[in-house]
Amino acid sequence: MSTMLHRTIHLFRKGLRLHDNPTLLAALESSEVVYPVYILDRKFLMSAMHIGTLRWHFLLQSLEDLHRSLTKLGSCLLVIQGEYESVLRDHVEKWNITQVTLDAEIEPFYKEMEQTIQALGGEMGFDVLSSMGHTLYDIRRILDKNGGTPPLTYKRFLHILSVLGDPNAPVRNLTAEDFQRCKPPSALGLVEGYQVPRPEDLGIPQQSQSPWRGGESEGLQRLEQHLKNQSKNHSLPPVSLQGQLLWREFFYTVASATPNFTKMVGNPICLQINWYQNAEGLHKWRMAQTGFPWIDAIMTQLHREGWIHHLARHAVACFLTRGDLWISWEEGMKVFEEMLLDADYSINAGNWMWLSASAFFHQYTRIFCPVRFGKRTDPEGQYIRKYLPVLTNFPSKYIYEPWTAPEEAQKQAGCIIDRTLRPRKTKDPSSHRRNGVELRTESTAPKSQANTLTTKPRLLNFGSPWSHSDPHSTCQGPQPKAVSRLHASVGRGM
Amino acid sequence: MKRIRQTVKTENPVLQTPQRSKKLKTCFYGSAFDKSHLQTLMDWGTLPLHVVLHIFQFLPLVDRARASSVCRRWNEVFHIPDLWRKFEFELNQPATSYLKSTHPDLIQQIIKKHADHLQYVSFKVDSSTESAEAACDILSQLVNCSIKTLGLISTAKPSFMNVSKAHFASALTVVFVNSKSLSSIRIDDTPVDDPSLKVLVANNSDTLKLLKMSSCPHVSPAGILCVADQCHGLRELALNYYILSDELLLALSSEKHVNLEHLRIDVVSENPGQTEFHTIKKQSWDALVKHSPKVNIVMYFFLYEEEFDAFFREETPVTHLYFGRAVSKAMLGRIGMNCPRLIELVVCANGLQPLDDELICIAERCKNLTAMGLGECEVTCRGFIEFVKMCGGRLTELSIMEEVLIPDNDYNLDQIHSEVSKHLGRLWFPDMMPTW
Repeated sequence: MSTMLHRTIHLFRKGLRLHDNPTLLAALESSEVVYPVYILDRKFLMSAMHIGTLRWHFLLQSLEDLHRSLTKLGSCLLVIQGEYESVLRDHVEKWNITQVTLDAEIEPFYKEMEQTIQALGGEMGFDVLSSMGHTLYDIRRILDKNGGTPPLTYKRFLHILSVLGDPNAPVRNLTAEDFQRCKPPSALGLVEGYQVPRPEDLGIPQQSQSPWRGGESEGLQRLEQHLKNQSKNHSLPPVSLQGQLLWREFFYTVASATPNFTKMVGNPICLQINWYQNAEGLHKWRMAQTGFPWIDAIMTQLHREGWIHHLARHAVACFLTRGDLWISWEEGMKVFEEMLLDADYSINAGNWMWLSASAFFHQYTRIFCPVRFGKRTDPEGQYIRKYLPVLTNFPSKYIYEPWTAPEEAQKQAGCIIDRTLRPRKTKDPSSHRRNGVELRTESTAPKSQANTLTTKPRLLNFGSPWSHSDPHSTCQGPQPKAVSRLHASVGRGM
Repeated sequence: MKRIRQTVKTENPVLQTPQRSKKLKTCFYGSAFDKSHLQTLMDWGTLPLHVVLHIFQFLPLVDRARASSVCRRWNEVFHIPDLWRKFEFELNQPATSYLKSTHPDLIQQIIKKHADHLQYVSFKVDSSTESAEAACDILSQLVNCSIKTLGLISTAKPSFMNVSKAHFASALTVVFVNSKSLSSIRIDDTPVDDPSLKVLVANNSDTLKLLKMSSCPHVSPAGILCVADQCHGLRELALNYYILSDELLLALSSEKHVNLEHLRIDVVSENPGQTEFHTIKKQSWDALVKHSPKVNIVMYFFLYEEEFDAFFREETPVTHLYFGRAVSKAMLGRIGMNCPRLIELVVCANGLQPLDDELICIAERCKNLTAMGLGECEVTCRGFIEFVKMCGGRLTELSIMEEVLIPDNDYNLDQIHSEVSKHLGRLWFPDMMPTW
């Protein structure tokens, strides 16, 4: 039984990949022509998120790669700049479009975009097909199994997944044949207006110091390398790839069902805490000028390369919020969003809430000490020396707390510590208690916490060593975060 | 306001309690039987006062306040003393705080109309001095009151510490002098001093049951001793180690004194090597436990590793132990040897040597241990399983960060969770931080 074949625009949004792409496959199987389109709507992107220079580079590289992959299969990527609604209007008409396909997303701004497109479809007479392509499971099933609300502890989440069974297998690979049937007019790919722009075309600084390149191919390569390097008995979740995927799924699930997920006020799962308003402190943290070499080295790597190891993220996130500066996690989240190549709406906000002990409580919460934590795992301070060259010759004994080094040692190392700028230890005598039980019971607990708060949550200085492998390998490269459906998280768009 | 137009059914609970509404206007009940008045009198505004009161008790203050502007009757109910027994003043500077503040007009109203009704009062202040001073101003005006519970809570920096000692003391003593029936006081992180405590004791020694005053630097051992000597009903006490003394423990164990239920002691050092900690004699501890055999003794340690020397040299009856910074292997060994009453142990950090021996000793000698948390430590899988085997199902709370466990020849991490689950008799996983 054949139905009329569509003339389809496939809209790439966040998923810039061809592998395991059910929506694109559905488009190809139902159409006589498929226009693979990426709408570069700067206004929309900038209103939805903070995007720094490195991220722009990464996006453009990802688009380039996608275009190359499509070209190899006999198609091409059409990058159209402008406001998405008017771009669609124009091109639906120009190309006689009867169907628009796109991945379903959980972020509120993407959901709104999809609704607008649906309305446009109603108005202009085209179908809209969207299916999930960014999570292992259909999130609605997870919510359903948990009585309509998202599980707020990882253990509960794992339990629900065990009831649901295995996730679906990846859909088949796309081939040149698939595209043969649905080729857009070949000249189109060469049209000026549809090329992937260069950074200078968008007014973005040309240089990117980041060693990480965007794109599905790069991502696949890194994944292959990682799997080869893995030792034979790598641990079960969470350090393993499987664990990383499940954590991602966990945060996606909560985010999809929680209004105001990226804010404190109006967020039903978030503790309302009286964070300090401290613009100077925030600026120092952001600009790697806190005076704690461990923190500053991490923030330097973040600026320069757009990626830091997850334990480094824990360290600086804890420092900004509960550990030292007592600044709102929303501020930190915005900085990470701007600079992290793998910034993600759900994972970023979720982790910031976790690290600031604003949500996802379990019995004891960690606070990472900005001196002890790094010292424990990289006693020679190699990481600090790499990213803060001013401390290259500093003796390891003092490198985490350089203000404790005697004058002679400082002179020899060629780096004098200005004692007036010594990081201020929080002066108040009860700072330790502010990180303790009292504060939890005093802040306004959101009502929905009733079934997840354990009886007496304690907040204590739990730090953690790096995993038991060479600290250098874990701290200097991104772990490819995905397999199958998800390995293009490094080859994806915003 | 909508009028209830349907006929009043007998299932209506309002009408089923005619006895309770004797004080109410009889015309309301007349209406139930006089149908010609039915429509005019069946009105939200003529609900019996006790019903409105009951409903108001479910409403948050903001909604109650709005409801009180609806009509004179509801406004009457809004001011019924029952609704003003408990109040929490929230004082935040709008320019710098994320949280809302109690409206100044409302504060004025409370002081004018309801000061004598207040019984359970708390003040939540942000980190600005103005908020703390505003709290003190309110306290100074609570003259004709009979407050039972008072709590001063800093939600951020302890801003009460920025208020002058004199100002604070005078405000606080207004309540101490006038209430005469204070039973529960929380004044952690405040500049309360010995003379203020004397005033507290002079007026409330019969009723005081709970006193929390951690991190109050102006109180001396003599000051708190005065409280223990006179307030024989004291059941819960929280203070810092430097004001704990042998005399205090003995005073709390005197015959006249009730059983102490909860003693919390914060042991804090801001800078390494700065403080010399005195020791408490074993006899003092023994006296306390003899007098109050069920007492919970909770100790929070925020010390540097080299400062623990004075502690746990002899048997110490602590029940809940938290190490907020690092603690040495040797110290954990001492704890195994000398803390037979231990119920809960939480260690945030240790060094790089496995703690197998220390944990096994604890399992052996701390037979009451039911909860444990380990953070930045190392324990071999074999040692950990041994520990869990010895404790068995009595460990209701076992919170181990995943990285603590070191795989060895006997077990790897995959096997650990099923072994431990077996010995605990329930499904167990180590704690996991999200991978970001």
